Amino acid sequence: MPACDGPTIVVKDHYQLVIIGAGPTGLSAARVAADHGVDVALLDEQPAPGGQIYRAMESIPPARAGLLGDEYQHGRKIVSSFRQCNVDYLSDTQVWSLNSKREIGLLQGDEPLMITADQVLLASGAMERPVPFPGWTLPGVMNAGAGQILFKSHGIVPNDGVVLAGSGPLLLLLAWQYMHAGVKIQALLDLTPMRNHLRALPRLPRALMARHYLAKGLVYKKDLKRAGISTLHNVSDLHATGNDHISSVSFRHRGRQRSIETELLLVHFGLIPNAHLSRAAGCEYQWDRSQQCWRPELDDWGSSSIDGILIAGDGAGIGGARTAEHAGRLSALQATYALGIIDKYERDQLSRDDRKWMHDDLHIRPFLESFFHIPRKLLSVPDDDTIVCRCEEVTAGEIRMAVADGHSDSNQVKFLTRCGMGPCQGRQCAEAVAHIVAAAGGEKVAQGGHYRGRPPVAPLTLGQLASLYPEETE
Amino acid sequence: MFKRLDENPAATVTVTIDGVQFNVPAGETVAAAVLASGFGHTRTTVVSGAPRAPFCLMGVCYECLMVIDGKPNQRACRELVNDGMKIECQHATGRL
Repeated sequence: MPACDGPTIVVKDHYQLVIIGAGPTGLSAARVAADHGVDVALLDEQPAPGGQIYRAMESIPPARAGLLGDEYQHGRKIVSSFRQCNVDYLSDTQVWSLNSKREIGLLQGDEPLMITADQVLLASGAMERPVPFPGWTLPGVMNAGAGQILFKSHGIVPNDGVVLAGSGPLLLLLAWQYMHAGVKIQALLDLTPMRNHLRALPRLPRALMARHYLAKGLVYKKDLKRAGISTLHNVSDLHATGNDHISSVSFRHRGRQRSIETELLLVHFGLIPNAHLSRAAGCEYQWDRSQQCWRPELDDWGSSSIDGILIAGDGAGIGGARTAEHAGRLSALQATYALGIIDKYERDQLSRDDRKWMHDDLHIRPFLESFFHIPRKLLSVPDDDTIVCRCEEVTAGEIRMAVADGHSDSNQVKFLTRCGMGPCQGRQCAEAVAHIVAAAGGEKVAQGGHYRGRPPVAPLTLGQLASLYPEETE
Repeated sequence: MFKRLDENPAATVTVTIDGVQFNVPAGETVAAAVLASGFGHTRTTVVSGAPRAPFCLMGVCYECLMVIDGKPNQRACRELVNDGMKIECQHATGRL
């Protein structure tokens, strides 16, 4: 069992507000709600608060925190502010179920529990967009975010010679952080197509109103250039090769086929909402063309299609860590209002700054989203032999065959091929399958559909499930 | 693939990974300890038997399933190392 830093909390059967996820959204929301006297439980799967973005904030050695930069260290304020408020913080807690009656199934260690809440705020954050390409299942190919987690949480960095590839701000940030840690990056392969510059240009004037984002990106780029890190732009046709482990990465650059030997390739293709729990609960979703992902249908306060379930932060649509703080506060105020603790006027007054931030943030998003737009060709996995479903090892070709046989939505493809039926429950293949189905059938992605989500969304043994109902098993 | 930065961990624990003993910093996840100890893969797949390694390290890919203290299908990115822990590469479903 991980070390416990406080007295053991006796979990209550019912809370006024249950927040799921202890990243910037959940932590800020907990603080606001608790300050209004709301009876709050904050559930999180990690041993300490911070989410993915501010991982290990309370235990990180100062030198390592320094290497990660200012944006990471901003999280210290959020975490320490949270620690001063009165909530039942349940760390190491896995949520495996949520339904429309706001019944929440959780696992603490090996022990299953069911609790209920008047209001539920889902603050489950983002995950990296899985983009299948030839060789992506080989050991030695990992998400860039995974590399960053090893760095933040454990001070583990790649050996010299690592290759980074993909498109998106995180890739640049990670390269910059590795550079500070003295890691020799062999190459940074930028798969952002040159045409995206044109695509983003009309959105630049508005983006200049939030120019601090752009300035930061340019600083990272300049520092990397000064350090002599080889960055190749407009790269395509990424391919990892090797037998039991990656030995080289090949790609197209300036009309030439090239290959680099490496034992580690870190890839990144942007972020998408981590939506597994809200889907299983039955929240309505819609396709967002600009963000290239499904987003929950929400009002301005984060209220979902299910009464009493709110979604905020990157789980509601990608806005980044700073925006997530504000979104968390907004939703917490809405929940406090829904509980009858504050009135509408107080809610509106108290949320003025946060609403302004959310509004201003809209200046930069359209630019970033068009600049880092992932080419549709890449998303629809052109190579037939590429594994799409990592768990059940179903290839793009098999999925296209299923579509050719008349199975024109993701769920039909799933029934036919087992794609999405493995341990990850489709978390890694749902997006790609929707794109393949849509491209093969000449439809829009939204029509390809998304797998239906069902509980349990985390592994649970039959024994654990049965132990929730002892009277029926005696 | 990976190395630890030159930091002095406050405490270490001893684990065995596929029968070999390693001293690793306390507080590390099993996946981190396995990767930093030089292991290339953590499981072989159910369908083709191909080797796989951790991919996301945040609990959403289920690629890091290992046998930990005899218990199969544990996400190595979510379990923290313990002194005396026995960690094994998981072959297929992890059951004999």
